[in-house]
Amino acid sequence: MIKIKGIGVSSGVGIGKVLILRKDEFSVPKRKISHDEISREIYRLEEALMATRKEISDLQKKISEDIGFDHGRIFEAHYLVLEDRVLIEDVIKQIKVKKVNVEYAFSESIKKYVDTLLKLNDEYLRERVVDIEDISRRVLRAMLKKKTLSLNDLKEKVVIVAHDLGPSQTASLPKDKVLGFVTDVGGRTSHTAIIAKSLGIPAVVGLEIATDNISSGDKIIVDGSSGIVIVRPTEKVLKEYRKKSTLYTKEVKAIHIPKAVKVCTKDGKAIVVSGNIELPEELSLIRKYGAEGIGLYRTEYIFLGRRDLPSEEEQFNSYSKVAKEVSPYSVIFRTIDIGGDKFLSQPEVPHEMSPFLGWRAIRFCLARPEVFKVQLKAILRASVNGNVKIMFPMISGIEELRQAKTLLDKCKKELSKEGKKFDENISIGVMIEVPSAALTADILAKECDFFSIGTNDLIQYSLAVDRTNEKVAYLYEPGHPAVLRLIKKTIEAAIQNDIWVGMCGEMSGDPIFSFLLLGMGLDRFSMSIPQVPKIKELISNINLKDAKAALQEALKLSTSKEVEKYLQGELKRILGDDFYRILMI
Amino acid sequence: MERIKEQVVIGKTHGLHARPATIFVQLANKFDSSVKIEKDGEIVDGKSIMALLSLGVNFGVEVALMVEGDDAREAMDELKNFLKAEDKND
Repeated sequence: MIKIKGIGVSSGVGIGKVLILRKDEFSVPKRKISHDEISREIYRLEEALMATRKEISDLQKKISEDIGFDHGRIFEAHYLVLEDRVLIEDVIKQIKVKKVNVEYAFSESIKKYVDTLLKLNDEYLRERVVDIEDISRRVLRAMLKKKTLSLNDLKEKVVIVAHDLGPSQTASLPKDKVLGFVTDVGGRTSHTAIIAKSLGIPAVVGLEIATDNISSGDKIIVDGSSGIVIVRPTEKVLKEYRKKSTLYTKEVKAIHIPKAVKVCTKDGKAIVVSGNIELPEELSLIRKYGAEGIGLYRTEYIFLGRRDLPSEEEQFNSYSKVAKEVSPYSVIFRTIDIGGDKFLSQPEVPHEMSPFLGWRAIRFCLARPEVFKVQLKAILRASVNGNVKIMFPMISGIEELRQAKTLLDKCKKELSKEGKKFDENISIGVMIEVPSAALTADILAKECDFFSIGTNDLIQYSLAVDRTNEKVAYLYEPGHPAVLRLIKKTIEAAIQNDIWVGMCGEMSGDPIFSFLLLGMGLDRFSMSIPQVPKIKELISNINLKDAKAALQEALKLSTSKEVEKYLQGELKRILGDDFYRILMI
Repeated sequence: MERIKEQVVIGKTHGLHARPATIFVQLANKFDSSVKIEKDGEIVDGKSIMALLSLGVNFGVEVALMVEGDDAREAMDELKNFLKAEDKND
């Protein structure tokens, strides 16, 4: 039994078998085969080798044409591997003797050779290892594509263990088969964390060495509440956690989902509690959990995992569907926010030393108006199908907002000329996530219709914490006085300029902080959807004057820990122990 | 059918690791004869890049080249010359 401590990012207990997901977007399943299946597996080997040869030859042709024959030769070793009799015979032998599926047999054979080569400790050989691994990945991909041995075919539910999970990778996992997530890297606001939370799947990230100590097939316990991961647990520990898991499920059910979408504080102030949407699949949850529309619709997903750019028509259809689904409530579309840990295969984003400070989001969009305008037009057109608002991410000053608005006006004119309908008065919002925007909120407020505070980035920028660096993850503190001051300043600027202000970061889904934010005057909260009922229940049990009083006290404190402890105490006092306990799961 | 075994000292600066291994395997596969290489008592298939690489044949090492088949003489001459020769560009 091994016990590892990481960062618990999505509550709940998941118990099951491990499936290691390697960097490439596939895993190598191990499956026992029957005697009758042997010839089919061998056939699949030949098929995959042939398909890969074709792939390499196409690639080689392209490279040779592009940069000359000599460089095309780099694939010679690849061909030899594909035709390697010793390797092929070894794979066939494994299929026959060990009675395993071809993918597994192939990856094991490759592993054997790679290990031998690495042991020889020679830099030239190391380069060959890179070739061999590259080609073997291609072969495996060909095998997995041919026969649908994807995760969707898993017979049993699994706990996904990975070094890191990319957003498109996490997004494509079959939700009903995943019991939990465990990753080496990542922090509280990594995509794995956010998606796991959205899907209500327990997750622990930032384990640093998880994948070294865990193998596929291991029994594992993921406690997303405490951040503890237990590999190969003893029967006693297993029993204990099974109990905890049942208890957790019961407590979650104790929070009922109110029928009414609207909610107000105990003393009558109306508050909008809406949901954040990352994936189209989550749309149905909006109604299910009683969220009042969508406070943040992340549009990146339509751009991910594809080679071409989605057309205006495709985007229009996608956005329209969302607008119709949540009508009469509103949806805020955040424009492309690529860069950082998100990626786009096309247009290609150059490698950057500090991607979070680099060419991303609105900076990228303003530099590539031909890409940006397609999206703006699609959102504008979708506005006739519901209550649509548009929001620009990563605005750092008024000039970016002005440029974005100029482009939006241009799009409006072009659409008018084309005779296409749209909402002339579409609301334009600024995502406040860069400290400079928070500090100049009074300037920005005069030229937009609303603010939405994105705390995930605001915290990482103001505290200089890279959210994907597990070594500094502990510094990511939502309750840091600096963060609280920036948020307060933003809310005050909005109120003074008579525009509305919401929050769409993880912080608004956290009970103790939503309590504090109520005190600051925030009246729109958007969060991962499963959090919605809980926060609504909290809001309806809070008097605004208590929240304001708590804010005054909290602002006097000097550390995040003091703030959190104080807020916890206050909530416990106001709500009572039982309710508080359920709320804090 | 002829069976030949001869000793060769590797002249390639980088041994049979980088491109030379690739070329050797390509050459070996041109012939009908089987090609085997022995180093320190270990014998591997000379037509397999994976096997050849894992043998770890460095510069200056002596190996035994074993060729068996109808075109054995021809194969031996060409492969031996290749192994002995210094690198040209690679």
